[in-house]
Amino acid sequence: MTFINYAAREINCKIVYYGPGLCGKTTNLQYIYDRTNPAAKGKLISLATETDRTLFFDFLPLDLGTVRGFKTRFHLYTVPGQVFYDASRKLILKGVDGVVFVADSQEARMDANIESLQNLEKNLAEHGFDLPNVPYVLQLNKRDLPTAMPADELYRQLNFKGEPTFEATAPSGQGVFDTLKAVAKQVLMELRKK
Amino acid sequence: MSDFVLFDEEFHQIKDVIGRLKADAQAKVVFIVDKNGQQIAAMGDMDSLDTTSLASLTAGNVAATDGLARLIGEKEFPVLFHEGERDNVYISIVGQRVILVVIFDERSSLGLVRLRVRKANAELERVFETIQKKVESEKVRRQEGFDSPFAEITDEDIDSLFRE
Repeated sequence: MTFINYAAREINCKIVYYGPGLCGKTTNLQYIYDRTNPAAKGKLISLATETDRTLFFDFLPLDLGTVRGFKTRFHLYTVPGQVFYDASRKLILKGVDGVVFVADSQEARMDANIESLQNLEKNLAEHGFDLPNVPYVLQLNKRDLPTAMPADELYRQLNFKGEPTFEATAPSGQGVFDTLKAVAKQVLMELRKK
Repeated sequence: MSDFVLFDEEFHQIKDVIGRLKADAQAKVVFIVDKNGQQIAAMGDMDSLDTTSLASLTAGNVAATDGLARLIGEKEFPVLFHEGERDNVYISIVGQRVILVVIFDERSSLGLVRLRVRKANAELERVFETIQKKVESEKVRRQEGFDSPFAEITDEDIDSLFRE
């Protein structure tokens, strides 16, 4: 749900990074945070356990610039990936404008990817969203690992509507900004339809 | 789900109400966020505060508490109170949609804040109802051919946001 503030001439949009545990959602945000001009970003907040696993969410506010005289602000969130945090994941999807699904390229994590994707669809439906109609980007992360499956195989199994798909290695930043740009673009294009 | 749109007129009404609340409750800061974590308006000494983070964490806090409420068969917990050594935070839900947050210290008291919030809450509820109605009628106007400022967004506009 985009928040359009005519008084402050701002558009605020919410993007959620979803995916199985340890797939690199937080690393995506960390990289964006590290590489963004300090004037354009707020604090990166991580509600994590002592072992740095996301407990509730990570949050990063970003100012992208001005479109048609309106300041565009994107609020990036990650969800906790571990299966048993489902109640928290559901809460974070509230009012989402766009979703990035971060898949783990390793063969051993394929079942976890599929389970998480199904979980995304179910949780979106509970908020009244239909996954095929939500601005959505697929990121195939961890491409640098020797155990990574071929990208076309992952694409076949995980891409379900021809959504923009990017190969990524989040710690080094490969594919991170391409992913963000693709989802932001879809979200802003949605505004045109409204 | 419909977008949340805030127009000038209501923005000023909201600022009036929370400005008065801040004075009447002798609070340090009063702000309003929507349940998705977007800040709507704020009054008080904001210089030392990261209001964007506050907004997002407040919404997360309310969302988690709402989840707890439903688990035990309650609809919601309309009021949350956090007591600190110096500062306290009083959070209440307005019209099931937005969150009113009051930060206060020893110059005020929980009783006073609670009393003043109740009055402000009712006023804010009316303003947000008006906004809802306006958004609905705006939608009708658009269906009748009124163009929103975003109707003309081009690929070029969006690409320019990502230029280094």
